[in-house]
Amino acid sequence: MVRLKNVFMKCYLALILLFLYAPIFVLIVLSFNDSRSRVTWGGFTLRWYSALFSNRQILEALRTTLFLGLGSAAIATVIGTLGAVGIQAMRRRGYQIAMSVTNIPILNADIVTGIAMMLWFVRFIPLGFGSVLIAHITFNIPYVILSVMPKLKSLNLSIYEAARDLGAGGVYAFFHIVLPQIGSGILAGFFMALTMSLDDFVITYFTKGAGVNTLSTMIYGEIRKGIKPEMYALSTLLFAVIFVILLLFNLLSGKGKNTEDIIERSR
Amino acid sequence: MKRKYLSTPYIIWVIGFTLFPLITIAVSAFTNDDGAFTWDNIVAISEPINRQALLFSLAIAFGCTLICILLAYPTALFLKSFRFKRKGFTIFLLVLPMWMNFILRILAWQMILSKNGILNFILGKFGLTPLAISNTWIALMIGMVYDFLPYMILPIFNAISDIDEDLIEAARDLGAGSFTVFRKIIFPLSMPGMLSGVVMVFVPAMTSFVIADILGGGKLQLIGNIIEQEFMKSMNWHLGAGLSISLMLLVLIGLAFTMRNDMEEKGTAIW
Repeated sequence: MVRLKNVFMKCYLALILLFLYAPIFVLIVLSFNDSRSRVTWGGFTLRWYSALFSNRQILEALRTTLFLGLGSAAIATVIGTLGAVGIQAMRRRGYQIAMSVTNIPILNADIVTGIAMMLWFVRFIPLGFGSVLIAHITFNIPYVILSVMPKLKSLNLSIYEAARDLGAGGVYAFFHIVLPQIGSGILAGFFMALTMSLDDFVITYFTKGAGVNTLSTMIYGEIRKGIKPEMYALSTLLFAVIFVILLLFNLLSGKGKNTEDIIERSR
Repeated sequence: MKRKYLSTPYIIWVIGFTLFPLITIAVSAFTNDDGAFTWDNIVAISEPINRQALLFSLAIAFGCTLICILLAYPTALFLKSFRFKRKGFTIFLLVLPMWMNFILRILAWQMILSKNGILNFILGKFGLTPLAISNTWIALMIGMVYDFLPYMILPIFNAISDIDEDLIEAARDLGAGSFTVFRKIIFPLSMPGMLSGVVMVFVPAMTSFVIADILGGGKLQLIGNIIEQEFMKSMNWHLGAGLSISLMLLVLIGLAFTMRNDMEEKGTAIW
């Protein structure tokens, strides 16, 4: 009976994983397909991979996407972390107002956020890379604050105060005492922001204006004409890179987690 | 220097790029091309074509959320019961697909579900009749559930795996069977996770336009598609703003009912 239940649970999970990974298999297979048609298999090829590196447009969009992701995540991490530290020091009322406002970009529909920013931007700046960057920073900041805030709440302030009593300056104490304690929250916030930025289509679409393309908006524009096979090759490569990075990150942080557990249990 | 002043850049940013845009879209919604006040753009949501799209979006979003709960809950429960050594790895498996561009993944579904697609090819091999679901609401629903399912699994999984094992053991010691343990302990304690999952699925499902664009073959109109067309094709910005404001209010009212739980836990819930 127990074994039957186990088999059932494993089958169910396998089906869910199949559902989640099916389109990814399709895209990976297409990247090796020696035929421009999407439905027929024309044999194995690597030519889309070599064509990729001479496709200026795609490389340009890739560069924009990466700059935008890393830039907006970095700026959002700085503003958001400082913001979280400041908000936490506020009194109850101010704290509540600040946290509700922080939630607006997360709760609001992307399409509304995107359109609202577009309508605001067109009043004083031309739409382009700058406006998209501002938009991405704006929707990234809340994710940073929400990852840092729980860490701040569980922060042991007496260590900070002890450092100050022993003569450490505010900035010194922040970098040596506070930062190490909230560091994992900041890092999680950064990666969260990066993920959101790379994954965004809707807000970019409304705030980008003509001439600027991220991979998402470029793909969207190509839907009617047909996607260039180089795009499948690129996304397979990106997927492989992310897969390796996340796997390593997991193996390493998994080890860290085990030690954390041990510390927690020994308390 | 007082600590709370560290948030000054953030506050300036929020006012400049979150609040002012919202004021702008509201102003735009309540004015016409001449800048005069009008209700027309707000009332436009009740015009037949818009109302139909709105109701269709509501139905799709409700259906999608419900299916996501039904699929995600057992997934989270089973994942937990296998007690994988590392919780991180499970989350890794669920998050990984989200790193492939989502438009490409939806396009892949189009290839899977289309008339001469992969699904029908496989069905044909088994001698089954091909399905004609491409460009229908069923295809749209599959795409939506696919896209939003991880956002439902992760918070539920997090809530369930945070449940104190001692509680479950205590209940068992006191004579509770598996079902009672589930009903009295696991289910109530997983509610907050489920609620943040509902928020994270319902809002984007209600307002998306890309999935309907691709999997609906241009025939299915969600309210998001109508708004997008007002902006990008008809260039009717005031009307588009009015519809957006109506949509936003509707979603916010819905959220107010669903959400009482602490939003701060949500940020970590996704990881």
